[in-house]
Amino acid sequence: MIEWLIGIFLAIGVIFNLLASVGLLRFPDVYTRIHAATKCTTFGTIFIVLATVTYAIYSYFWVEKDPSWITIGIHSALVVIFLVLTNPVGAHALGRAARKSGILPHGAVIDELEGRL
Amino acid sequence: MSFIAVFIWSFVLWLVLTAGSKGLLWSPEELIAGLIFSGVIALTTKDIIGEKASRFLNPAKWVGFVIYAIGPLFWGMVKANLDVAYRVITGKIKPGIVRVPVELENDAQYTILSNSITLTPGTLTVDACPEEKALYVHWINVTEKEPESSEVIAGSFEKWARRLGR
Repeated sequence: MIEWLIGIFLAIGVIFNLLASVGLLRFPDVYTRIHAATKCTTFGTIFIVLATVTYAIYSYFWVEKDPSWITIGIHSALVVIFLVLTNPVGAHALGRAARKSGILPHGAVIDELEGRL
Repeated sequence: MSFIAVFIWSFVLWLVLTAGSKGLLWSPEELIAGLIFSGVIALTTKDIIGEKASRFLNPAKWVGFVIYAIGPLFWGMVKANLDVAYRVITGKIKPGIVRVPVELENDAQYTILSNSITLTPGTLTVDACPEEKALYVHWINVTEKEPESSEVIAGSFEKWARRLGR
């Protein structure tokens, strides 16, 4: 039962991380690649960490009452918080730097930042 | 006041990181060391965090943040990833950078809104201009070239950001 839950979490995480890599290869320019790379890796990593937390809680309550399981769970959960706080900021910085150095979005139907930065 | 804010944040982080040293709780030595270290950190960084940070010590706001993260933000991320998956596989994109007017007052609200926009369906914040009350957003599938509000881009996130960052 618990193996299935952890397996499903891991599968979702790995599929979305794979999708991010495929997106890097398939999308035409830097902005759309940032789209794929940030959203999918953040989401996939959340699910991988969720699998770790589930495993830690399960091991503490049903296998062995060892507090180090709880430590593992809490530290993994903190990783999610820091990832969600920092990943979009990194994406924003990359996108802004690319636009400032004059890279135009590929095939854009509208570009409001033209001549502004 | 900003000293107290930084002190509480770093001490809470210390408590979370060191839980489990005595059974499930904290040993007294670790608590004392945590007090000393948080004090040092608070003294050195209180000018960076700033005076206004203490408004985030309000517990009602923490509940708001947790509800927002688990509810609208997570659901938005699910939709965003299915959307990106669809676009990766089919390759149907129609990108563009649009200007989105927003009604926000301070920098914290801009931070919350632009991070949420980056994590949710098909949008990426490229530039934020608080002085002209606008965000410049790279949209992967432009459906409306000059949006009147952030409703089409971000749904209800602007309301949440206004409430949480106040």
